Amino acid sequence: MALAVSSRVPPVHGLGTPVALDGGTLVAHAMRQTRPDVVAAYPITPQTVITEAFSQFVANGEVHTEFVPVESEHAALSVCIGAAAAGARAQTATSGPGLALMWELLGVASGMRLPIVMHLCTRALSAPINILCDHSDAMAMRDTGWLLLFSENGQEAYDQAIIAVRLGEHPQVLLPVANVLDGFIVTHCVERALLLPDEVVSEFVGEYQPAYALLDLQRPVTVGGLDFQDFHMEHKRGQVEAMARAKGVLEGLFQEFAEISGRIYRLVEPYRLADAEVGVVVLGSTAGTVRYVVDRLRARGVRAGMLSIRSFRPFPALEVAAALAEVKAVGVLDRALAPGASAPPLFSDIASALAGVGLSKRLLGWVYGIGGREVLPQHIEGVFHTLADPSVPPGLVGWLGLREGR
Amino acid sequence: MPVTLALRDLASQTDLLAPGHGLCAGCSESVIVRLVLHALGRPAVVSLATGCLEVSTTRYPWTAWRVPVIHSAFENSAATISGVEAAWKALRRRGKAVPEDVAFVVFAGDGATYDIGLQWLSGAMERGHRFLYICLNNEGYMNTGIQRSSATISWTWTTTTPVGRVLPGKPQWRKDLTAIAAAHGIPYVAQTAPHHWKDLMQKVQKAVRVDGPAFINVLAPCNRGWRYPPEETIRISKLAVDTCIWPLYEVERGQWRLTYRPSHKLPIQAWLEAQGRFAHLLREEHRPLVEEIQQRVDQEWEALLQRCSQR
Repeated sequence: MALAVSSRVPPVHGLGTPVALDGGTLVAHAMRQTRPDVVAAYPITPQTVITEAFSQFVANGEVHTEFVPVESEHAALSVCIGAAAAGARAQTATSGPGLALMWELLGVASGMRLPIVMHLCTRALSAPINILCDHSDAMAMRDTGWLLLFSENGQEAYDQAIIAVRLGEHPQVLLPVANVLDGFIVTHCVERALLLPDEVVSEFVGEYQPAYALLDLQRPVTVGGLDFQDFHMEHKRGQVEAMARAKGVLEGLFQEFAEISGRIYRLVEPYRLADAEVGVVVLGSTAGTVRYVVDRLRARGVRAGMLSIRSFRPFPALEVAAALAEVKAVGVLDRALAPGASAPPLFSDIASALAGVGLSKRLLGWVYGIGGREVLPQHIEGVFHTLADPSVPPGLVGWLGLREGR
Repeated sequence: MPVTLALRDLASQTDLLAPGHGLCAGCSESVIVRLVLHALGRPAVVSLATGCLEVSTTRYPWTAWRVPVIHSAFENSAATISGVEAAWKALRRRGKAVPEDVAFVVFAGDGATYDIGLQWLSGAMERGHRFLYICLNNEGYMNTGIQRSSATISWTWTTTTPVGRVLPGKPQWRKDLTAIAAAHGIPYVAQTAPHHWKDLMQKVQKAVRVDGPAFINVLAPCNRGWRYPPEETIRISKLAVDTCIWPLYEVERGQWRLTYRPSHKLPIQAWLEAQGRFAHLLREEHRPLVEEIQQRVDQEWEALLQRCSQR
């Protein structure tokens, strides 16, 4: 077994001061640097590292932020909604059951077009209760009108926490943004990362200029009024159109961010995919494992590649289809279940992206990592092996690392 | 800016809740809201819970509000105003142009306050935000069609506590939410009712001057849900106070004080007779239920008098 990690695993590169920090603390630094006016959060594992680190910045007087230590996650998002509607920059962070408790207000935040930023540290939803990573929480907010950006490691979570502020507040977007980082795997693992200077981040994010604000007493507005069959549909269409515009805005922000950081991000991140015969599509931290396996397989002459989805909402269907156009067999890894559905969430999106441009492709799916079940290189190797075996019928193949029997 | 409570001055002020809203004829809520907004004497930002007031005054593309208003959800109006107040603090700290003197006010019904929103209210009171929470207590879920709440008293008819062959209305007594608010140790808590407009406005003036949370529980007679003619609203409000089922008092920095003592305490029968929701209790067979209600009212009234005489 090859011990050396390939040089193709992207090193932490670009500009900034090197630090060794866990992903949660890195995100807390991004929060400090993006200068939110109001932060409201409630402790929940594995998110708590963020709230604790940020509370210390407040206690040290390093931020002007009004930190509201609420009595529940539902209140956390309620406070952010009130603050953002008042004209302030508002942020929160949560995980799994906390997100589930917020759920009612996810649509309120997006329906009111409030650019709240949430750092979602993914955690399995109960029951059975579990504190470890899967994407059942993130997928439960999939259709609530939030932008969803997945990150592979602490550096990406930090960088996206900065980009998310600009994205949500962009006048062409005005939508809440979830910066998604895998619970424990990203939130708690100490990694080498690069912190941008405070003033560089501050200048990048700029000031929030709300179009309407409750605290603008000269122009009193009614926010969140009753909206029936005569206007509701038009308002909802406005949200969908803003989500579509967000794609171009995000690409522009990636370019701007590359200028200050030297780190180049894309809506989807292809890896050794250009000449690949077998490709795996993945979300979040597992991209690191898949990249490692791709390199091992390439060393053995297997034409393997990967597509990691950074922008899950908006879903860049055309970019996905273009990236996978030449790949003969595609395997989709889902870290969430959709019981009773024709396929789990990522698989469904990939299938419809391919169908949308008339691409017919050998498409196989696996579920993995539910409730924090480890996904190992040999699991991913098995996926690639199955993709290359034409005798395996397409569709949902199975569960990686599942203990067989009852 | 202090507001004089002379009727002539009040009558000449612009109503901050404009006419043309959809509240029922006879509804006490618009009366209360206009009195509150006048009494504040400063600009306000308002947070509404889902309920009659919200759905009747914010129908897009219109609004009856001449002050900034936000409605987020049913249970979270106290957390929402917490966010507005936190934003105001942070923006002032950064030297942003935000108004210097502004009141943060919540209007929420008893369902939104006693029941589904109690946690959010308790959290906001404990954190000490500067806000005035007005509970418009019409003793039930009137917006969804007259269902029982924990503010509904025993043996009341509602659509979820109907009078049937075995149950003569709601079996439980109400919860004493005003005392629960006072137990949070916040600077100002009061109970009032709209017929005594001066009592109501004076309490709002006190509440808005404190640097912290204030809670005022306002009885909000509902002619549709309580089953009485619309022109009776103010008389019903007075009956509640004169029968001592809804005493007027305040708790200022822990000091309990009665603000009105009826010269002649009326029997509860007078309150029950005036409303169709209690019609079944007037039947001879239910005399023990009326006696039970009278006992509860008497006990609570005596306990209140004791609390108010303590130093």
